[in-house]
Amino acid sequence: MTVTEPTSRALDEIKIGGMGASRRRVEDNRFIRGKGHYVDDVVLPGMLHMEILRSPVAHARIVSIDASAAWEIPGVRLVLTGEMMATRNLAWMPTLSYDTQAVLATDKVRFQGQEVAAVIADDPYIAKDACEAIVVEYEQLPVIVNPTQSLAPDAPLIRDDKVGQVDNVCFTWQVGDQDATDRAFAEADVVSRIEMHYPRSHPSPLETCGSVADFDRATGKLTVYMTTQAPHIVRAAVALIAELPEHLIRIVSPDLGGGFGNKVPVYPGYVISILASILTERPVKWIEDRTGNLISTGFGRDVYLTGEMALRKDGRILGVRMHTDSDHGAFFGDAQPSKFKIGLLHSAFACYDIPTAHLTARGVYTNKAPGGVAYRCSFRVTEAMFFQERMVQAAADDLGMDQAEFRRLNFVRDDDFPHRTPFGFLTDSGQYAKCLQVGLDAIDYEGFLREKAEAAKNGRLLGIGISCMTEPLGAGNSREYDILGIKMFDSAELRVHMTGKAILRTGAKTQGQGHETTWAQIVAHELGIPAEDILVEEGDTDTAPFGMGTYASRSTPVAGAAIAMAARKVKAKARQLAAHLLEVSEEDVEWELGRFYVRSAPDRGVSIQECAMAAYSNMPDGLEPGLEANAYYDPPNLTWPFGCYIATVEIDPATGVWDVLRFVAVDDCGVRINPMIVEGQIMGGLTEAYAMASMQFITFDADGNCIGSNFMDYLLPTAWETPGWELHEVVTPCPHHPIGAKGVGECATVGGPAAFVNAVMDALKGHGVRNVDMPLLPDRVHEALQTRGDVSGAPPIRTDR
Amino acid sequence: MTSLFEEVPATADADADVPVRRVTVTLNGERRAADVEPRLLLAHLLRQGFRLTGTHTGCDTTNCGACTVLVDGLPVKSCTMLAVQADGHDVTTVEGLAGPSGLHPLQEGFKDEHGLQCGFCTPGMMLAAKALLEENPDPTEDEVRFALSGNLCRCTGYQNIVKAVLWAAKRMNGSEQ
Repeated sequence: MTVTEPTSRALDEIKIGGMGASRRRVEDNRFIRGKGHYVDDVVLPGMLHMEILRSPVAHARIVSIDASAAWEIPGVRLVLTGEMMATRNLAWMPTLSYDTQAVLATDKVRFQGQEVAAVIADDPYIAKDACEAIVVEYEQLPVIVNPTQSLAPDAPLIRDDKVGQVDNVCFTWQVGDQDATDRAFAEADVVSRIEMHYPRSHPSPLETCGSVADFDRATGKLTVYMTTQAPHIVRAAVALIAELPEHLIRIVSPDLGGGFGNKVPVYPGYVISILASILTERPVKWIEDRTGNLISTGFGRDVYLTGEMALRKDGRILGVRMHTDSDHGAFFGDAQPSKFKIGLLHSAFACYDIPTAHLTARGVYTNKAPGGVAYRCSFRVTEAMFFQERMVQAAADDLGMDQAEFRRLNFVRDDDFPHRTPFGFLTDSGQYAKCLQVGLDAIDYEGFLREKAEAAKNGRLLGIGISCMTEPLGAGNSREYDILGIKMFDSAELRVHMTGKAILRTGAKTQGQGHETTWAQIVAHELGIPAEDILVEEGDTDTAPFGMGTYASRSTPVAGAAIAMAARKVKAKARQLAAHLLEVSEEDVEWELGRFYVRSAPDRGVSIQECAMAAYSNMPDGLEPGLEANAYYDPPNLTWPFGCYIATVEIDPATGVWDVLRFVAVDDCGVRINPMIVEGQIMGGLTEAYAMASMQFITFDADGNCIGSNFMDYLLPTAWETPGWELHEVVTPCPHHPIGAKGVGECATVGGPAAFVNAVMDALKGHGVRNVDMPLLPDRVHEALQTRGDVSGAPPIRTDR
Repeated sequence: MTSLFEEVPATADADADVPVRRVTVTLNGERRAADVEPRLLLAHLLRQGFRLTGTHTGCDTTNCGACTVLVDGLPVKSCTMLAVQADGHDVTTVEGLAGPSGLHPLQEGFKDEHGLQCGFCTPGMMLAAKALLEENPDPTEDEVRFALSGNLCRCTGYQNIVKAVLWAAKRMNGSEQ
């Protein structure tokens, strides 16, 4: 090939869709045409349909199951019960938290909605008919719906299946320095104390869970199309648990209609559909209905906190004490990768310079749905930051200090990194005071305080709430984070074709975050190949490199880093090819975006595309042909983005309805790959924060009936009530990430709720109210105003104390 | 073929002996017919019967709006309408939103304003928005928010969806002048 000279100079990164370009999304081309391909769109020849019969009661012994009438219905191919699963050792399965979970109940049902039987039939209507024809006789048992009942001395034992389990406690755990913390409290001028409940919530992606299992007897191959955020973990689990050969298992996660943590665990429905396909030797589709999704799959939160802060008169925080009681439902099925029993709840107070802290945590079983998930956060980080910011506001109020000033005084300073948090994490970078100032300026803090005071004279209730936090993302380094023993690295595989186009595959799995768009931008940034020339594929374990999937905002911190590293390997080889083409030694070759050139003669250069062609057609002697690389990235640490969220509200004292006047978000997520997508993620996260603060919760009545089992009862905000969002940014690059990114998808959900609640509490200040637990439904706010007191626990019944 | 439905030529005669009902619809401008069980939902006829999978089902209770289609131009949640109720009517799904060439301005607007993330609510959102713009070609932001309040989105926080609809309105008004 001929070397063109002189060639063009460095490419304009924005024009080629590189880092910083608000590139329009590639995946949208199919979604706007209705051509997305979700699990329910998968149709295979001879496919059967599965429906699950669920328990109507929360705690009962199963006396008998009579499925004979179901078998009689034409079109029914198979009815599975726990007894039949047990003959294949599949009635129970391990959870991601080293507990066990029933696949189909054998002895007892332990929560309303538990899987009792499954019907496989020619169409879903017949399968539903057959489920209704199954007669189950239950002998009801006393029901436990909160930790207080669970811990009572005479409480019935929920997990009588577990040898050696004598009570309903599933763990106790602690972290921090108890002695030093006790000393800090002894020396304190003021101790601020608050109790609160972070209610149970459900991620509710618009697409429910489902699978299409296809076992081929002839080849021995099992293919499962399923709604999973982590297809490789599923393959590993199936290989390790079901003892099927890993090379004959193919997990395909097609387009996902949202995930938010809900699609991390392995649910009984997946397992049953796999066994059903093996037994029937036909593809079996299971698509969960919305009620099944809400009452049986991974919920978030449900943690009670007692928090105490030791304070000096001048406003410095001397120490923090926290105790949590977390409600895990019937099986300890937390989907989390850390060795810490309460997840990363002890990441609380990471942005504050606090000498010491101590946390005790206790988890309990109840007759509620199992499987806590990290609902749009790293596990328990949403609770951590909510508790932190509510405690901070309560402490500022107790000291009579301005809430912004109190935060500023206690922030970790910009020059104090790396910083060891009071619970032992290591944070690396941030400009906390600057972020806060950007937010205060944007909302016109002083101006609002004047407006609020003026309004108060007319009986109007205005409030302003601040929430600041740095949260740990991107699990994680392999020293501390694993799932089933598999370390939390991630991967990328980049293959550059001869014409300079490329295919990139990663071990992550997009659920709407736009990986197909942003991943190409990282490659464009590293190699100067236009983003539009790069095809991104994920989700098929037969083709994608092994990775741990997408949750905990780990895609960019981990897989994104792997992409950069793979691209750099490709660039290193391209440099050898360039030297060959330019007939100089490698040391004499320089790089600018998109081209190598001779240092002493910048006009003499070759493009990355020319190097690619040479890799297939004109490689130097001794150089392996082809231009591709893979990378497995084990992050040195978590990443720590920072967010400052400020809400202003007005409460109508007559009704308890509160309106958001303005909401300002300042996010420092490090370097932004695609600002448009980052802002989209923040706005989506803020909306979930508003949802949790205002309306969205799952609760139970005394009989264990789930209140919130459909979208008529489980309230999600619509376009009508969702506030408008004002976004601002500060950029502090992550020092240890190859492209300086920190991750962003969950910050707003984590940090947002406290801003709303603090704002409403600020408006109620002076009315005898210290805390109203979420959600801040109008009747609860109204009750607090009327009674001049706190409103605690999970409505509509008080399930605490 | 399952018992739920069987697509038949639009010109075929109904067989009175079969315990199914003949449904004939004008689907995205084309006459289509199927013999269906009377209890079959329109959403399922569209998805499984006619293989138009752009119509999604998200909640089963008429709340989420992912299954929104237009029946005679009006937005309908097709998970709560029986297929037989659509007999003789005009049905538009997302697959019929674009004209013979190119994209509908709403489709362009949703892409340009980043009005979607996972894409699951998008077809229903666009069809609800189409009905709004036919009735009110120049809506305010509040009118858009109100018109879309029957459609849930879990990803975007709606702000960019609203912008997308206003973008489309502007484009459609511009092209009419």
